[in-house]
Parts: sequence; structure tokens; C-alpha cells
Amino acid sequence: MPDKILSPKSDRGPDLVAAPEQRAAEARAAAPAAGAPPITPVAVATDLAAAGGAAASTVTAAPAPEPAPAPAVGDAGVDGENRRRRDDLFAAAGPLLRRPGFVLAALFVAFVIVSGLLPSLFTSYKPSATSPTDKLKGPSLDHLFGTDELGRDLFSRVLHGSTLTIKATGGAVLIAIVAGLAIGVVAGFFGGWVDSVLMRIIDILLAIPMLLMALVIVTALGFGLLPIAIAVGVTITPTFARTTRAEVLRVKEQPYVEAARTGGASWGRVLARHILPNSWGPVSVLAVLDFGTAVLTISSLSFLGFGTPPPAAEWGTLISNGRNFLITSPWLSLLPGLFVGLVVFSLNHIARTLEEMQR
Amino acid sequence: MSTEAAPLDGPVTPADTSPIVELAGLSVGYHQRGRTTLAVEEVDLAIAPGETVAVVGESGSGKTTTANAILGLLPSSGVITAGRIRIAGTDVTGAPDRVLRTFRGNVIGLVPQDPMVGLNPTMRIGGQIAEVVRRRGVDKRLVGAEVIEALERAGVDQPAVRARQYPNALSGGLRQRVLIAIAIAGHPRLIVADEPTSALDVTVQRRILDHLGGLVAETGASLLIITHDLGVAADRADRVVVMQRGRIVEQGEPAAILLRPREPYTRHLIAAAPALSHAGGVVPHFTDVTPAPEVLRLDGIGKDFRLPRTAGGERTFRALDDVTLSVRAGQTLGLVGESGSGKTTALRIAMGLEKPTQGRVHLDGVDITDAGWSQLRPLRRRFQLVHQNPYSSLDPRFTVAQTIAEPLVSFRVGDRASRAARVRELLDQVALPAAFADRKPAELSGGQRQRVAIARALALEPELVFLDEPVSALDVSVQEQILTLLLRLQADLGVGYLFISHDLAVVAQLAHHVAVLRGGRIVESGPAETILTAPAEEHTRELLGAVPGQRFAAELAAAPAAASHQTRQKGSGR
Repeated sequence: MPDKILSPKSDRGPDLVAAPEQRAAEARAAAPAAGAPPITPVAVATDLAAAGGAAASTVTAAPAPEPAPAPAVGDAGVDGENRRRRDDLFAAAGPLLRRPGFVLAALFVAFVIVSGLLPSLFTSYKPSATSPTDKLKGPSLDHLFGTDELGRDLFSRVLHGSTLTIKATGGAVLIAIVAGLAIGVVAGFFGGWVDSVLMRIIDILLAIPMLLMALVIVTALGFGLLPIAIAVGVTITPTFARTTRAEVLRVKEQPYVEAARTGGASWGRVLARHILPNSWGPVSVLAVLDFGTAVLTISSLSFLGFGTPPPAAEWGTLISNGRNFLITSPWLSLLPGLFVGLVVFSLNHIARTLEEMQR
Repeated sequence: MSTEAAPLDGPVTPADTSPIVELAGLSVGYHQRGRTTLAVEEVDLAIAPGETVAVVGESGSGKTTTANAILGLLPSSGVITAGRIRIAGTDVTGAPDRVLRTFRGNVIGLVPQDPMVGLNPTMRIGGQIAEVVRRRGVDKRLVGAEVIEALERAGVDQPAVRARQYPNALSGGLRQRVLIAIAIAGHPRLIVADEPTSALDVTVQRRILDHLGGLVAETGASLLIITHDLGVAADRADRVVVMQRGRIVEQGEPAAILLRPREPYTRHLIAAAPALSHAGGVVPHFTDVTPAPEVLRLDGIGKDFRLPRTAGGERTFRALDDVTLSVRAGQTLGLVGESGSGKTTALRIAMGLEKPTQGRVHLDGVDITDAGWSQLRPLRRRFQLVHQNPYSSLDPRFTVAQTIAEPLVSFRVGDRASRAARVRELLDQVALPAAFADRKPAELSGGQRQRVAIARALALEPELVFLDEPVSALDVSVQEQILTLLLRLQADLGVGYLFISHDLAVVAQLAHHVAVLRGGRIVESGPAETILTAPAEEHTRELLGAVPGQRFAAELAAAPAAASHQTRQKGSGR
């Protein structure tokens, strides 16, 4: 949890976390990089290693409990900052790359996004090109996912369907982030009756089943990409608002916010520089997680016939069409279904990994 | 093992003199990325029955790792690389948890460090103690009585009521007593107390340690105290073990350690403990106070807090009652009191963060009582705050340079280049290397963080800095360095301090004037020398008596040679 990072004293064992300076001093005495103490949060550990290294390069004084003032090494400069950023990036990416599950999930999601935006890279078939002689063929090297009742290549239709789903998902999550963040920040920040009113509205939204609400909105707005994005966006906004509010409430009470205020910072500055960046972590995890939810909801809507009208192929529409041939040609429903399932699973896995990283 | 009877049945029989815990050449390392870093190296330590041993050292000296190794509670990355651990004659080096578990609770009891997180918040106190009692195989019907007895022996008032309460209903001191009750409920032959009182007020600390000592004497159990404060160790222990960087550098009887320290590190620890460095007494740093103009004045401040509505209960709680304080330019007012005495409320009112219910606040003769934040904002440049806990007062996402420069940015002082120059200057003033500018708080230790917080407070060149227990979250030796820094900054910059603390020994090193607060009222106030050397009130004397390190005051005073080099070191300042 983030709290732990803020107050390592509260942890057991971190007698050592609490005192990188002594560790660094030891490191200086022995070997510069040997100062990595037994802490699990990797970011801290690498930071410490960096601290050890930096200290070794700048502090030449004899090891002391608190480093004596060392000769200034001048301006750290832009170069140093860039190098530092790069190191930070590597430090963050390293442990992620060591998780094969995460890498697979990320690669798959990347493939879906690229193929959705540029489907012609991965398939030579047109999604709407019919070929009566090849109808209802099983999966083969020619047609990876087989063909449907009109002889259209299913793989191509799935990839072209990605385009619509990805756009709708992106739009939905964007709406949810913007609206949820705004509501959450306002509620958490101002508190009082503003908070009460906003949160009761959110409670009402949460009480309505997600799919039902999406259906109602789509019916009201009409079919098409934008209405679906709005409908799904509105249904996932409440969780964003709640999470953001909780985080803002937590961060608002941190002494460093008070320190910034007593340092003369305006509330706007405190909000932009302290509260939002420090609240962002859990919200970003939720965003990835909600991509999966949005994909599912959008597919459900198109499955029920509320998606973009035919002949455009959406994932839900494909699954729905295949139902008529479930006994004779099961791949028509199962393969697109599996594809959607894998996308959602991958997104959830990525979100979960990111969440674990933040602890 | 006869763990059932041994500890309770009076003093240990002379025949049973074999050590309870014996460490022979113990080395413990932590695995990290394929490398093993040694945290404890070749430690030999034996604790005899009935003996009280104190292990003293700074953070990172390996004292907690040693204790964890004895308890078999090393984290998964920790390994014993050499040496042996014997508990009650059994070699338990590298023994599986199943074996170690038979010793925990019954042979060795632990009093953990932080009473605020050491208890399960969802379980009643009684239930948590009963767990330990049941492990001794006590008959079910007798468990309840044993729980009450353990609470009683740990000095908890109304044990029957407390047993049914949840931890959140208890104060820090009471929680610590409950943790002691849990430790003694297993009738252990050795109690390991890991910084048992670091999170508590000095007066509570003294009561808890007195009680723990009494219990040990009564049951004949041994006690292993882990502490960073040599004063505490010397007051309580039969034998003091000084650890530095994983090694035992010196050990012996407390009087010998204090009067004839052999190692420079031990001398350093003696110098760091406020009372020890002055021959076991609390000696004010500033004896003659020159008159100076008043910067801040609190005039008859009262503050009521509304309480949650309860049937028949009081509607308001009076946190402050007719408090009058004044801080003088370039001088320090030390505001002392136990937790709950209202000292933080007074500071927040002085800062304009809270509105007083009655009374006025004057800054340089200007009444700022009713000023809103925007009216107060120009004045903010003239008074700044340093928080108690440096672990939460710095934004984890800001680099040191960004943190220090923030007040400058807020007040649009200078441009990018001049701010960077000012940051370097401030880093130099608080004795941090300029290379620290790029670091994030997570890379800094507590002392370094507090230096950054002080640099931030000084960025706008204020006339007055409010210090809210700035050293109570730090090791004694780091405390001393921060206090020295504050003294030097005051001498160099002429800044005034309002310094809040629960520890009179800390205040003595810094304050020109002292005010003692109790229950929201000023008990006593005046020049530091008068208050500290000739206190008129019982409560002040109590606070003075609670300062650790006074056991050998007479001996230390009689042998000034041992302490003289310390006073020489501290002789800087005015």
C-alpha cells in the first residue's frame, strides 16, 4: 500500500529501510554498490543502489552517520536528469519484463490494438468479401478462424471488428476517466455538501445494473460508435469517481500537502502538483481494468443487437451470428468468443500486475 | 522444558544458570539480487536467567536483525551465514519454523516496537491475550482468569473492562501495556523488547520501563531491550551491549560503559543522549537570555473542539484554556507537554491553521487572529513550519530540489536559475551534499529528510520557524545532529523558533524560554534556566525526572573527566 512507502518506520524489518544513509555509509566503506539492503519494494532498492553509487562518487568524507557536507559537484544538469529518467524507466520496466505472463498479455493486447488499427497488415481478405464456394469452412491455414455462412473470412472479420471495439473502448474509458476524475476530485477536495450530493448521485448510478443502464442510454441516443462509447463510459464512471475521491481524501490529509500550503502554495497548485500526481496510481490501475470491462460491455451490447448496424462486424455481432450454426460450425461463435475472452483476460492480468507493482 | 513453572515460581533456582539464549559467532545476511549483505557479523551474546541486557545502536546497526534471528523471525531474504543460536540449550540454528514455534511465546516473548500497529484491530484485547495463554495448554475454563491476570500484571487499569475493548479504544501507552501483557501471558523465560517505548512520551516511557523492569525482577525472567537510546539502556540494564554496523563494539556494566567508554562510537552515543552528555542531568544550553523584541504573541488563547454527541456527555472539549505565549526574535520558545496537552493545537493556532475560540494572535504587533488564508498569505513568508514526521512531510514524487524550491515558486521568488542557486545554498546550510538535489525522499534517511524539510522552511528566509516535534521520529544520535543544525542556523540566520516537544532534555538544548503545558493550561513558563534547574511545579519535576539516562547522574557528575570532552564538543553556539 502507498502508506507503507510513505512511512517505512511502520514496517517491520525496515530498520534498514529507514536508514539508507547508514547503509550508504556502509556501502561507501566496503564497495559502492553493495549497499542494497533487504527490502522488497524494488523501486526503493534500486533507488538505494543509486544512492549508494551517487554518494560514493560525491562524498569522499570518512563514513559518518550523517554524511558530512561534500564539495558541490556543480549543476546536475539536463544530462544527469535525462540519465536519471532513463534509469527510473529501466528500474520500473525491469521487474515487469521478468514476468512472462505480463509480457504475453501485453504482447497480445498490443497485437489486438495494431491489428485493429491496421487490419490489412495481418490479413489479405476483405471482411465483407463473400465467397459462396468457401462457406462454413473450418479453421485452416488459409482461413485461420474458418469462414462464415457467406464464405467471409472470420479472422479478417474479427480483426476488422477490433477497430470498432477499440475505438468504442478508448472513447468509453476516456469519458470515464475525465468525468470520474473530475467528479472524484471535486467531491474529495471540497467535501461537505458538494461531496454528499455527488456521491449520492454516484450511489444511484452504481445501483443500476451496468448493462441495463448502457442499454437505456444506447436506446435513448441511437445506435452507432459514439452512443455506445458514451453509454459504456457513463456506466463505468462511478467506480472511477469513487476511487479518485478516496485517494484525494487520503492525499489531502498528508503532511506534505499542509507543508505546501504553509509554504504559500494556492489550492490550485497543491491540487495539480501534489494531490493529483499522488492519487493517480490506483486510478490508473482501475483504468486498465476498466478497459476489460468496457470491451465486455461493448461486445454484450453488439451481441444483443445494439451495436453498429451490419455489415460492419463487431465482436459481439460475430458471436451472435455464429449462434445459428453452433452445432454444425461451432468455431463461428467460439473463436471470436475466445478472442474476446483472451483480450479481457490479458487486460485484467496487466491491471493486476500493475497493482502489485504499486504495493 | 519446564516452561510452565519456572518463571512464575519466584526467583530462578541457582542451579539453573545456563544461558537462556546463546549466540556464538552469529552472522546474518540479507539476500538481494544474488548478493548477500551482512547485517550482523560474528555476534557473541549470552543472556543468563534473570539478567537484563540492553542492545544499543543506531538504525541499521543490526540490533533488530539480531533480535529477529533469536526469535526466528527473519524475513525470507535473511539467512544465517555463520554461527549458532542456542535457545534454552537447544541448537535452533536454521531450524524449521515448526521447531522455532515451540519456543516462541513460552520461552521467548516479544514486545514489538510500534504499539499502534502491533495489535489486531479487529480482535478484542482479551482474545489476543487468550491466544497466547491457550498455547500453554491452559484449561479452557481458566483462560479468562489468566487473561485478566496478565493484563493486571502488565499494569493495565480495569483489566476486566479492557479485555472486552478493541485496540482503537486504547491510548498508545495502554496499547504498549497490552503488548507487554501478551508477551508475559506465555510465561516466557526471556522477554525481548524491541524499542518498546520509542513511539511514546517520555513520562509514559518511564512508567512502561519501570513496570517492565518490575515484572522481570518479580518473575525472574530475563529481559533483552533493543534501543537506540543509550540513556534508556543505561537506566535499565545489568549489561549494555553496543552494536555498530552489525558488530558488537563494546559491552559491559552500564556504569563502566558510561564512565569509561573505550570506543569512539560509544562516546558518540553518550554525547547524543541529551541527559548523558551533561553528566546525567538536564542542563539548559542558554543560561543568560538577552532581551529581544517579541515576534509572535498568543494572548489568552482558548480552543474548544466539538465532541460527537453522546447522551449526557460534554458537548465540547477544551483543548486550550487561557494560553499566553510569546516568541522573541532570534530566540527559541520551547513548548513542552505530554501528548494530549494541547501543544500541537497551540502551534496550529499560531500558524493560522486553526481559529481559536477566544484570545488573539499577534504577529509583530499585527492581529492575525481573524485573517483568512489569502490575507495571511503574504505573512506566510515570515513564518514557516517543520513537521514532526519527515517520512510524510515530503511529497514522494518531488525531488529534493523541487521540494525546497516549492515555497519560492509559490511566491514567485526569482527565476529558474536563481532558485536553483538558492536551493544549492540551502542544501549547504543544512549540511547536505549538492548532489542530493536530484534525489527523491525514498532515497533519504529520516535525518536527511528532516534536513530537507528544514531547508524548505528556510527557503523564504522567515523570521520564525515552527518546529513540531522535529526530532521525535528520529534516532537519538540523528536527533542530536538535527538539534545542532538548528542551533547553528539560529546563530547564523537569527531565526526564531517555536519548538514543541514532549522531552524536556531535547528542549533544554535549544530553548531560551520554556513553557510547560498540561491539559490545555500553562503550568509553568519562564526562562529555560529557571524552569529546568529550579522548577516550581510538580508536573515539571515529573517531566524532568522522566528524562532517560539519569541513573548514574551522581557518578557521572563525580567523574567529570569522562564527560568533559562531550561538553567541549557541544560548547559551540552562544
